[in-house]
Amino acid sequence: MSVSVSQSNLLPTGAEFQKGLARRNFRGSVWGRFYSLSLVVAILALIALFLNIINSAVGYTITVYEVEPTALVAGGDIGSLDANQLVGILQEYQERRLPVYVRDNLSVVDPSLFTQVAISEALAGHTYPAELANLTVTELSRDQQASILAANLPLEVLRTLVRTDVIGEKVIHPYSLNESLFERARIDAELLEAQEDEPNARLEFRSWLNFDFLINPGSSDPAAAGVRTALFGTLWVIFITVLFAFPVGVGAAIYLEEYAAANRLNKLIETNIRNLAGVPSIIYGLLGLAVLVRSLEFITQGRTIISAGLTLGLLILPVIIINSQEAIRAVPSSIREASFGVGATKWQTIWNQVLPAAMPGILTGTILAMSRAVGETAPLIVIGASTFIVTDPTSPFAKFTALPIQIYQWTARPQSEFRAIAAAAIIVLLVLLLLFNATAIILRQRYRKSLQG
Amino acid sequence: MTQNGAYAIQLKNVDVFYGPKLAVSDVSLNIQTRRITAFIGPSGCGKSTVLRSINRMNDLIPGARVQGDVTFQGQNLYAPEVDPVEVRRRIGMVFQKPNPFPKSIYDNVAYGPRLLGVRSKAVLDEIVEKSLKGAYLWDEVRSDLKKSGLALSGGQQQRLCIARTIAVEPEVILMDEPCSALDPIATQAVEDLMKILVKQYTIVIVTHNMQQAQRVSDFTAFFSIRKQEETPGKENRWGVLGEFAETTELFSSPNSEETERYIRGEFG
Amino acid sequence: MQTQLEAGREISRVQSAVAARRAQATLFKRPRPGEDAIRVYLLLCGVLSIFTTLGIIFVLGEESLRFFTSGVTDAVEFLTSIKWQPQAGEFGILPLLESTLMTSFMAMLVAIPLGLGSAIYLAEYAPSGVRTAMKPILEVLAGIPTVVYGYFALTFMTPALRGIFGQDAVQIYNTAAAGIVMGIMILPTISSMAEDALSSVPRSLREASYGLGATRFETIVKVVLPAALSGILAAFIIGISRAVGETMIVALAAGAGSNWSFPPNFFVAAETMTGHIARISGGDLSYDSVDYNSLFAIGLMLFFITLGLNLLSQWVSKRFREVYQ
Ligand SMILES: Nc1ncnc2c1ncn2[C@@H]1O[C@H](COP(=O)(O)OP(=O)(O)OP(=O)(O)O)[C@@H](O)[C@H]1O
Ligand SMILES: [Mg+2]
Repeated sequence: MSVSVSQSNLLPTGAEFQKGLARRNFRGSVWGRFYSLSLVVAILALIALFLNIINSAVGYTITVYEVEPTALVAGGDIGSLDANQLVGILQEYQERRLPVYVRDNLSVVDPSLFTQVAISEALAGHTYPAELANLTVTELSRDQQASILAANLPLEVLRTLVRTDVIGEKVIHPYSLNESLFERARIDAELLEAQEDEPNARLEFRSWLNFDFLINPGSSDPAAAGVRTALFGTLWVIFITVLFAFPVGVGAAIYLEEYAAANRLNKLIETNIRNLAGVPSIIYGLLGLAVLVRSLEFITQGRTIISAGLTLGLLILPVIIINSQEAIRAVPSSIREASFGVGATKWQTIWNQVLPAAMPGILTGTILAMSRAVGETAPLIVIGASTFIVTDPTSPFAKFTALPIQIYQWTARPQSEFRAIAAAAIIVLLVLLLLFNATAIILRQRYRKSLQG
Repeated sequence: MTQNGAYAIQLKNVDVFYGPKLAVSDVSLNIQTRRITAFIGPSGCGKSTVLRSINRMNDLIPGARVQGDVTFQGQNLYAPEVDPVEVRRRIGMVFQKPNPFPKSIYDNVAYGPRLLGVRSKAVLDEIVEKSLKGAYLWDEVRSDLKKSGLALSGGQQQRLCIARTIAVEPEVILMDEPCSALDPIATQAVEDLMKILVKQYTIVIVTHNMQQAQRVSDFTAFFSIRKQEETPGKENRWGVLGEFAETTELFSSPNSEETERYIRGEFG
Repeated sequence: MQTQLEAGREISRVQSAVAARRAQATLFKRPRPGEDAIRVYLLLCGVLSIFTTLGIIFVLGEESLRFFTSGVTDAVEFLTSIKWQPQAGEFGILPLLESTLMTSFMAMLVAIPLGLGSAIYLAEYAPSGVRTAMKPILEVLAGIPTVVYGYFALTFMTPALRGIFGQDAVQIYNTAAAGIVMGIMILPTISSMAEDALSSVPRSLREASYGLGATRFETIVKVVLPAALSGILAAFIIGISRAVGETMIVALAAGAGSNWSFPPNFFVAAETMTGHIARISGGDLSYDSVDYNSLFAIGLMLFFITLGLNLLSQWVSKRFREVYQ
């Protein structure tokens, strides 16, 4: 017996229904494909991004040397030489520039007076043989000039001088990894062409990211440039940023979660923080420029690490506050009640019970905020991080450059050598971020274990 | 009861698993056409699980698996060529908590017919009116069909959900504790409605309320829990069908002591 | 004997001292200067955020005021002129605004379908294994500094576009490449916010829909999406706000020099508001010049636009919360 209970003919039945159903299912599966496809696109974009960076960071280069490194030292590694050997090389190949090196790197007087004043004045604060004190630099013998350089210049500066002024490595043409792998024939042809002008041009396989790149200061010559100063600048800035933003951010979070009554002021603070989190970073840059760099110049010394650190600190403050609030809120109130129950004051309860329990969350949130600050570029550009700095910053009041700034500057140059070192610097930046995030994870787990006893 | 073997749904040796865990085992029962069948039993014995296996609602739970035969008018519901979407249109479901869509009353009821491709306003109007009347809600809401379904009272919401279900003209309606979130008056209204609906539909209802089962149902299935100690301290529990009979029979002379203790309210 | 007496006296002395201290120990409040100082410090930390906002408004407002009273331009010209040529004393924000809108539009063209699509996939389709594997990937995408995206736009997307549409059609700097990459950058934000909105739609609504014989797609489109609509809209608005304020990608890939193009041409160079601020402030800029002041006027405009969008997004998502409580 058929038990059809369709009581009306309002709805499609039988074959009509089946046909409709097939159509509905088809439409569903097409859209389902699209949904999963959008995730695939996101993954592909990520892969393309990484490959694109690696693609520019390694590959063949056509390179010319003024002097082959192997002619200077067996094996060609000038990193193994000491100061005297390096100065010796400078003396051999750039003898006439020795006074210039003294002037550029050691002189404390105005360049125009340099050749006229005595060494004791020109090189005040540096070491030099006492008997030379009253002579001018030009009156010294080459050997004496050389020994002053060897005694005073840091190794890495000497190495840079040898590299740029003696070895004179010049990359005529860099190739991407892709070109290096698949267009070898074209590269060889171009090498032959280059050798017509520069007989000793040769092909090298080069990773732009190498040890020298990490320890060399910035340079206008891409082959000699490194991220050392930028890396130090970034670390300094982040140090200041966290030094400022962590206590203030956690303090604000404690206030809002533990002390604040539900009044107007506190509601205002809450909404305000949420809105600050959405203000574009470049606007923080304008704030830093007007207030920290200009109005407070007498304290901050202008475009310095401290100005940048505080600007980024303000920028990540809302993130730290919101994350810390969440961590504090997650602490069960039974812990607070237990502490109050044995007669602890409010602050004792917070300091001894609430904060330790919330710390893993707070730390993770802070490190994530830090990672954001490390990559922030726009505010630093606006407050005017100096781009051409070759000396390591030594105090919060030093001028500085930073990794993302370097990346921006190098990317903005049209020559492909600069694109290549920008890619190398990006890898350094990403590794730094990776380290931060790994630290966050480890720290959180440590903390959790130690709390469990 | 005069039944001549017209079974709407037959379950034969049905096991249901959630992942590796056996939830109900070896359930065999026949559900008669245009009768109300009640599922009773202690919490966790798998009433909802069995109910949801009848319209393939379990497909939506990752890892859920049904073994054995569930047949609907002689067709195996779990045969590979069967489309669960069609199964659910013909075997509708009303849930424990009223769950109207956050849309107007009209749109709630018209939801199913629209899915089926009904576009004509006149036809939709007719279906909505007929369904709301069928759920005995029409008089209360006719003046304001644009009102949100969420703005109704709990009992009205549940009747709206029933109206929404009958709007697609299913053959079977499964109800999982449809009155547990309702007050006595609303419960009364829904029970009255069931008695009217059963003239056209096959109804299966899960309930924890013994009186309700006796008041409304023609047949009752009692599920119970089996336990087995796997390793010390770790217990396996799964549901089985304890007893299945006409309601009057099951309540007046239960077969087993377990059933009797349950319907007397001694456990569960 | 003697010593016993001594000891007895000693005991009674101690007892009376304890009794005296007990008598003093009332339940009255005691001053706790340490606690109060900490409380004040914490309040200051909270209030600092308000000063930050006030600082932003004050700084932007003051410098903008100088800009508008400097005589080179006025608010009307600023808002209506289609020329931004500081050298020629022309300060009309429209070309900068237009490029900002163009890159943002392009970004949303990428980020909305892909972000929403991946959110739907993750919330409704993906097996839990895929979901746990995918979330970190989206987080990585979200954590990459924007300057890196800028590099990607310039060295990958632009060549790709030039390869597809022809070297002549697409300039080396263009808003399309910047916008597309910006869309990829915003995608994880939209995806995760939209996924949250989708997952907070009660399961019972989905079951009701399936129970009526709806397919998964129909359930998503007709029940889940409408119920999550405000949360999703809030995500889109936040996405737009981020696109408008994004700097590094446009600074590197969209080009220098304002460009009013009508109808908009996505393949030519055009400087956005943020790109202009970055380029000018990155160069040698003397304070108290009109150029310097003009940056703050642009900043003020940017601040209002993003603040408006953020408030709108909060308002929209608040309405969402009301529905389910
Ligand atoms: N989605 C699920 N995933 C895993 N296990 C489940 C799931 N749903 C139910 N179960 C398990 O299956 C068994 C039966 O559950 P079911 O909900 O069918 O019981 P019930 O008889 O309806 O109980 P109640 O009367 O409380 O509604 C229980 O042990 C339960 O824990
Ligand atoms: Mg149940």
